[in-house]
Amino acid sequence: MAENNYYGSGFPYRKDKKLPGKLIVVEGTDGVGRSTQIDLLKKSLEKNGFAVSDTGLRRSKLTQSGLEQAKRGNTLSPLTNSLFYATDFADRLENQIIPALRAGFIVLSDRYFYSIIARDVVRGIDPAWARKVYGFALIPDIILYLKADIDTLITRIVHGRGFDYWEAGMDILKEDNMYDSFKKYQEYMIDQFSLMTKEFNFEVIDANLSIMRTHQEIMQRIQPILDEYIK
Amino acid sequence: MLKPNSSLGKLIVVEGIDGSGKSTQIDLIYKWLSEKGKSVYFSEWNSSPLVKNTTKEGKKSKAFTPTTFSLIQAADFADRWENEILPMLKAGVIVLADRYAFTGFARDVARGVDPDWVRNLYSFAYQPDLVLYFKVPLEVAVERITSGRTKLKYYEAGMDLKLSDKRTTSFELFQEKILKEYKNMSDEYNFSVIDATRPVHKQQKEVRKLVESALKNWRGLPSPDYSARNYARRQSNKKENKSKEK
Repeated sequence: MAENNYYGSGFPYRKDKKLPGKLIVVEGTDGVGRSTQIDLLKKSLEKNGFAVSDTGLRRSKLTQSGLEQAKRGNTLSPLTNSLFYATDFADRLENQIIPALRAGFIVLSDRYFYSIIARDVVRGIDPAWARKVYGFALIPDIILYLKADIDTLITRIVHGRGFDYWEAGMDILKEDNMYDSFKKYQEYMIDQFSLMTKEFNFEVIDANLSIMRTHQEIMQRIQPILDEYIK
Repeated sequence: MLKPNSSLGKLIVVEGIDGSGKSTQIDLIYKWLSEKGKSVYFSEWNSSPLVKNTTKEGKKSKAFTPTTFSLIQAADFADRWENEILPMLKAGVIVLADRYAFTGFARDVARGVDPDWVRNLYSFAYQPDLVLYFKVPLEVAVERITSGRTKLKYYEAGMDLKLSDKRTTSFELFQEKILKEYKNMSDEYNFSVIDATRPVHKQQKEVRKLVESALKNWRGLPSPDYSARNYARRQSNKKENKSKEK
């Protein structure tokens, strides 16, 4: 990174010098194939001799038990939930992503705060407020947004892990089954991602294509980042 | 910026550094208002059951950074705001809060987060109808805390700021920073400053006057006894009217 750029005030108390690593974010809705693509990308990069670190959403030790408790049915209200996820994200950023970047790794982040904002806004949170909350977030070197049609998502979910209560937004929508709820909810999410595409400078990747074609597309898009890294 | 209170209820908060005596004062106010039959609700900083485990875990393992500490406290506040404070205010209740967003602003900025950023976190909350700020010199507060209580806890003493290896010294330096932040907020959020070095009963007398004036136009929720009496009166009036008609 040429210099450490943040969306807002960052972490004013941190005295990080230039972070030598690269931050690659893979974003997209549920069922779009993020984790498959991250696995492939990681292997390709490692084959070429790059040190890679990968990190997901909701993996922070700090908030794990609280978030699991919330998912088991002690649901948190929208604002509380939003701030809980922000805590989790900040913890991962400060304790996993930034140290890895400092050590010169190429960091692959399975999602970033854009998904969290999308989910918050669909649940009635003020979009401007949510964006300001993430003023501490580092601006990634590239954001790969895997975009697929709702029909593609449904085939993948049905042939993959099946419908999930939360991924279907059953907690907020009034549908009587997970298929209709999933369809509606993921369409709302896609709308939110579309709104963010220009704002956050997403690289849109057509994820309706086969796994390998999508992977090749991703490799092409990140080439400039790799060139800069080895320079 | 906090939102103006658009509810039927009234919101009264106490603020001040540890050892300023604010909890004693608000407890007396709570009892006084309850005895007068007012509908009153008390909410305490850092008391949400849903966020408790995370806070406990983070404190135990010293895993908090200034940003995550700030966010988890805001989550705690949000939980109480959505499930206790706001519903009570909307119902017309007098809500008393021992510490409010200002505690977050003071402590988090003392820890080094951006002042505007932390103000945005709490921007969903109302500006209270009365903010009682218990002002006390650092030495007095430190004396009250260190003589009365057991050993200072890690985050309470601000040990995470690495100001000093000694807990008492660290606590003093941390509180000094917090005092400075309170001072800066005094005008911004219209604090009523109470001289907290005076005897408890004298402070309470002044505080009650301020509370009375803050509640002057309160037409909120009556107590169940009161509303039951009113209901009974209305019923008997109806009966009387009916018997007159006959």
